[in-house]
Amino acid sequence: MTDTFQLDGEDIPFSPGQTVLQAALSAGHYIPHLCYHPEFKPHGSCKVCTIKIGGRTAASCTLPAQAGLEIESDTEEMNALRRTLVQMLFAEGNHFCPSCEKSGNCALQALGADLGVMTAGFRHFYPDRPVDASHPDILLDFNRCILCELCVRASCEVDEKCVFALSGRGITKHLVVNAASGQLVDTNIALTDKAMQVCPVGVILKKRVGFAVPIGERRYDQRPISQQALDDAPRPASGSGHCGGCEA
Amino acid sequence: MSQANRNPDVLESLLLRHQHNPNRLLQILIALQETRSWIDPASIDLLAERLNLPRARIEGVIGFYSFLHDKPVGQYRLLFSDNITDRMLGNQDLLEYLCNKLWLERGHVSEDGLASVDTTSCTGLCDQGPAMLANGWAIPNLSRERLDRIAELVLAKTPVPQWPPELFAIADNIRRADILLANTLQSGDALRAVIARGSTPDTEAAANARSWREANLPAALGPLATLEEIKRSNLRGRGGAGFTTGLKWEACRNAPGEQRYVVCNADEGEPGTFKDRVLLTTQADLLFEGMTICAWTINASGCNTHGFLYLRGEYRHLLEPLNAVLESRRAANLLGNNILGQAGFDFDIEIHLGAGAYVCGEESALIESLEGKRGIPRNRPPYPVTHGYLQRPTTVNNVETFCAAALIAQQGGDWYRSIGTAKSAGTKLLSVSGDCARPGIYEYPFGVTVRQVLEDCGAENSLAVQISGPSGVCIGANEFDRRIGFEDLATAGAFMVFDESRDMFEVARNFAHFFAHESCGFCTPCRVGTAMLKATMDKIAAGHGTQYDLREIEQLDRVLNQSAHCGLGHTACNPTLDTLKRFRPTYERRLKSLDFEPAFDLDGALAAARRMTGRDDAGAHLKTELQA
Repeated sequence: MTDTFQLDGEDIPFSPGQTVLQAALSAGHYIPHLCYHPEFKPHGSCKVCTIKIGGRTAASCTLPAQAGLEIESDTEEMNALRRTLVQMLFAEGNHFCPSCEKSGNCALQALGADLGVMTAGFRHFYPDRPVDASHPDILLDFNRCILCELCVRASCEVDEKCVFALSGRGITKHLVVNAASGQLVDTNIALTDKAMQVCPVGVILKKRVGFAVPIGERRYDQRPISQQALDDAPRPASGSGHCGGCEA
Repeated sequence: MSQANRNPDVLESLLLRHQHNPNRLLQILIALQETRSWIDPASIDLLAERLNLPRARIEGVIGFYSFLHDKPVGQYRLLFSDNITDRMLGNQDLLEYLCNKLWLERGHVSEDGLASVDTTSCTGLCDQGPAMLANGWAIPNLSRERLDRIAELVLAKTPVPQWPPELFAIADNIRRADILLANTLQSGDALRAVIARGSTPDTEAAANARSWREANLPAALGPLATLEEIKRSNLRGRGGAGFTTGLKWEACRNAPGEQRYVVCNADEGEPGTFKDRVLLTTQADLLFEGMTICAWTINASGCNTHGFLYLRGEYRHLLEPLNAVLESRRAANLLGNNILGQAGFDFDIEIHLGAGAYVCGEESALIESLEGKRGIPRNRPPYPVTHGYLQRPTTVNNVETFCAAALIAQQGGDWYRSIGTAKSAGTKLLSVSGDCARPGIYEYPFGVTVRQVLEDCGAENSLAVQISGPSGVCIGANEFDRRIGFEDLATAGAFMVFDESRDMFEVARNFAHFFAHESCGFCTPCRVGTAMLKATMDKIAAGHGTQYDLREIEQLDRVLNQSAHCGLGHTACNPTLDTLKRFRPTYERRLKSLDFEPAFDLDGALAAARRMTGRDDAGAHLKTELQA
């Protein structure tokens, strides 16, 4: 007999070491999330997966699953919070969906659509974030960065290259690349790297292949992210949680 | 770029001193910058190679801490403390005055690369402000006369260590001493009491036979007896959260693992708090004794224990005196191996510096910083008592907590719990600043009323008191009978007094700027929310605020409370909401009656054009209601 906890009144089985979000997704129950990726150790930074437990709130991606927990997730209160968090991300960066080549394949956009986000709701920050087009095959458009650190984690834990890192703090926090010049062309990134595949938004893009899929056939045109995420859920981890390439 | 080449041996010897240990990255960077005022790219390359770290990771650490720079900031970096108490004492005018004296613009390095002037978060000298840091060294009591002197020294290129010592003279300002500040313990007294308490014929025999740690149950009674006294005392953490110290020590003691750590949190960053500065100055011996007693207590059989004092960068001036105290304790066998003749009781303490990051006062962020990383609070569980420094069992306590623990170890838990109130045992140090005749340190038994403190410090016509700093609570005159204690007004010690001449909106706006500056940026709600709160407060201050903005503040508070990663985000809206609740007219008189007003300021957008053309006449401005 396996242990279970309750999510919105339904029993969710879990195995030892799983967090609430991991167990829920494995059991076919969706909790909205953004910085979580099934192949990596939960990060807990976007806070979109926040749930309510015993009158308190917690990020479900990092909350260890325990028998008997009673969790509320799909409530108007929690969904309103998630909407606001997504709005904050839209207000923080420069997101021009209609002209973005990630449109239709973007987790932030899909999440916004799923949660019913119609406007950013806050004043836009309009930050000045120059793009890095130095690399012959790869474009970095920092305007869309939501600071989920997935590229940082993938490059370090899977590729063992540590091409990306974060600098600054607070609202000035930003992605940097591992080169004295600060330019991607001077790093050892390759098109085949895991870091090329994990960006949930349109920061890390392969050049000369944009807009290849017509509107209506893109990833989230076919099915909303709430369904797509469940197919993606149970997967063996590729990230080790630490870097094999450096002392970090 | 050439600097590292000119004296690469400085960096090499630093690396050697820190055993090429990447966990020492922050300490290496701090020490390196002291020799050259910024970290040049060649040094970053060399560090990356020697420490086997990606250079981007090193850049990320430099970029996180406000006192580290990867761009030149001038030979003289002059930072004005910008707490509200500094502002009330006129720091803004003084900053402008110094900028004019040095022919430079705030926030920009002078053309000749000589100096830069800017602001920094509270430096913990609120009782003798306005204050500044000159290349990291604290200078209190700023005045035009003192700034004239400083400007002369800068222009004459006199190195800061050669500036007249009286510029750096910092007073303790102890106004009321109780059991802690008036203690008469000598070095080692409390430790001897602890060892005597645990000493039974069995433990003596065990200690003589092998080591006390290897012995069986009877020998373990020593530490357990002390743990019992700490638990009996009901001592609760003095850093603000108030966790029961005895339970924390017990959990750490029971955690599996052979290596464990005792960490003292001296990252006193909460604006308006400076009691740790005074404890570190006057009670360092007692503090280190408390840490040693903690090591003795949490030391389960067969463990090694090591201590760290994490000293905020603003208290750089205390580093050498503290190291001297550690040296004298080593000489007296109160630190080191076989302390006081107890076979196998080995413990030593080293001091790590911070570099300007308030969030590192959060214990798990502090541990990340101790490990040489960006100070991002960790996901919890697991907690530091089981997975702290290097994922090993770690006890983190505040300076005042360790001092109190030493007193308890010597005089017993029952004695301590008889002082104070039922749920708040002992005394509390208050850092009193703001509008009062006698700012300074006041030690009271818990339960003292705010009114009593105001009377003692000579505060008149008080309008409000900010208890426990921006992350605490702001109370108005009708609440001055409330009491300091965990039952009512829990506090880490800040007690900032505002009289009736003060504008509480400006107080809250100063705090909103503080939180936005100090947010680590890890989680969405705090990173974006604190920046939004700051922008909204500025919008209201500029006369563009509406009822809509007040509602937005309430929405931000809800989001931050529900979803922020740590206490910084949870409390970031408190000063605004507290003052909005108690002093709403000061907000409303600034509002426009409209339901919504865009934040975009047309006239403000022309400021850059005005600067470029050198014009500031009426024709260069759009007509707005502000000018009317």
